[in-house]
Amino acid sequence: MTCPEQSRGSGRRDTGQEQAPALHEMTAHELSELLASKKVSAREALASVLDRIAEVDGEIHAYVRLTREVAEQQAGEIDERRARGEELPPLAGVPLALKDIYCTKGIETTCCSKILSGFVPPYDADVVERCRRNGLVFVGKTNMDEFAMGSSTENSAFGVTRNPWDLDRVPGGSSGGSAAAMAASEAVVAMGTDTGGSIRQPASLCGVVGLKPTYGRVSRYGVIAFASSLDQVGPITKDVRDCALMMNVLAGYDPRDSTSIREPAPDYTKALVPDAKGLRIGLVKEFMEYQGHRVDPEVDRAIAAAVDRLRQLGAECGEISLPYLNCSIPVYYIIAPAEASSNLARYDGVQYGYRAPDSGGDIIEMYSRTRDEGFGAEVKRRIMLGTYALSAGYYDAYYLKASQVRTLIRRDFDRAFEQFDVLVGAVSPTVAFRLGEKTDDPLAMYLSDVCTIPVNMGGLPGMSIPCGFSGDGLPIGLQLVGRPLGEEALLRAAYAFEQSTGHHKRRAHRIQDSNGRRSAVGRA
Amino acid sequence: MRLTPEEVDHVALLARLKLAPEERERFTTQLNSILEHFEQLQQIDTTGVPPMSHAVPMSNVLREDEPAPSLSPEEALRNAPDQEGDCFRVPRVIG
Repeated sequence: MTCPEQSRGSGRRDTGQEQAPALHEMTAHELSELLASKKVSAREALASVLDRIAEVDGEIHAYVRLTREVAEQQAGEIDERRARGEELPPLAGVPLALKDIYCTKGIETTCCSKILSGFVPPYDADVVERCRRNGLVFVGKTNMDEFAMGSSTENSAFGVTRNPWDLDRVPGGSSGGSAAAMAASEAVVAMGTDTGGSIRQPASLCGVVGLKPTYGRVSRYGVIAFASSLDQVGPITKDVRDCALMMNVLAGYDPRDSTSIREPAPDYTKALVPDAKGLRIGLVKEFMEYQGHRVDPEVDRAIAAAVDRLRQLGAECGEISLPYLNCSIPVYYIIAPAEASSNLARYDGVQYGYRAPDSGGDIIEMYSRTRDEGFGAEVKRRIMLGTYALSAGYYDAYYLKASQVRTLIRRDFDRAFEQFDVLVGAVSPTVAFRLGEKTDDPLAMYLSDVCTIPVNMGGLPGMSIPCGFSGDGLPIGLQLVGRPLGEEALLRAAYAFEQSTGHHKRRAHRIQDSNGRRSAVGRA
Repeated sequence: MRLTPEEVDHVALLARLKLAPEERERFTTQLNSILEHFEQLQQIDTTGVPPMSHAVPMSNVLREDEPAPSLSPEEALRNAPDQEGDCFRVPRVIG
């Protein structure tokens, strides 16, 4: 075994082969084999990831906080336990990037908001406990839109994250830091949360794999709340097998979350079968077109080709229209802000986080100035929208009406699942858009979530996998949607597709800066 | 316009947000354009449709009321911007 010092600089192993991937470039299942057979140590894997971060994160800014000391201690413990001959969980020693939304005991957690600056949680989220138990190594906290409100990671209090495929473009959001960290190999696995598409859309825009499980499949305990009837935790990974391995870590009943589903979680890796024989797959018209506006032609073609490929793999493919999905945007932007306005009432400058200085002797003044100074513009806009929708005289017209239409959206999905096992379509109507392109037009930004939001409305599992590239070399994602607790069907279709295409092997590999022009270079 | 700047002020007070004048103006315009987009919902017939508040049908999720350790006062207060003794300190509440 080489010592960590020798591996520094490139993280590459001397295997005698030219193109052996560096440890940070590996998938978790590749790395875990080397760890289990003691060919590499957890310390070496961590060192490779930290070197990679030092090399590229100045440009990409996937992380808002590195937790090097915690990580080195965790990696050291894993190596010692392995040296003692202990049997360890499959992902023990694998470097993990955590979105800055999970409470981590003793590690600052801010949801990328000024109002939570300096907050050090006294406890771990359920998913963080599960990751600790499974021996994952916490590299750091990743950037996100403040309180997960956004589709581009431009709403962070800590500055923007850049898309590793093109540094002038957004990585998507709100889990943009985690998706960018996967695309640029700044960790081996990552985690996000998805309220209206915040795992799937950045995974699509960064060319990686993201899964939003069924609402209730993964505990929300200790996850900073945005919209409680929609929020769900899930993995962002480099391939489908890693996604299944992470689901084995994350899924399961938790009595501390009253919406947690009391069903044992399966072994998700059993779903990884390389064919789609007998799966009935339906292309949803409303995932390809919103009120007459078709998705970009390049996205359109990539999805059509993906459906053809799934058919070749043995799936029975058809099409279906679910008209109520076209109402998802207004329904979401009433329900989510309404729940957010209530959840975010707790940030008042009393128990934790920021308090406006010199607030005088008046408590209302203290609350109002703290919240005005502590929240960013998008968060305030949504609190205003939600407060208005719930205020006297408007409840029936907005929140109640939206909740009823939500039922109609779910009924549309239930009807579709009488005919199909998996629904597919676009994740995002476009490839990654340019930084600043939509920041002045909130409604245009909201419309970029048109394909992902219906899935949260229904509480269904949804996944994004790479399915092609635009002419400019930007990734395009395929969305797969399943029945409640239908994650295994998604993983199976996704795995079969991935193994037959290899899009996932293309990564944003090197960051080049030629003549001051920012560009990223993909690897075929 | 559905929302007047005065209504925006009222909502801001309910939400405990002290908006700067330019913020108030911008939010009035933006919120109105968002609300206008939402008008389409009113066209949908929802007669007799029950509202959906949770994705998975569940009711009466209860647990036994058993005592268990919780945060110590020190831990609970550690993140407070201002404190005194075992209490959070805030500006005067009763005038």
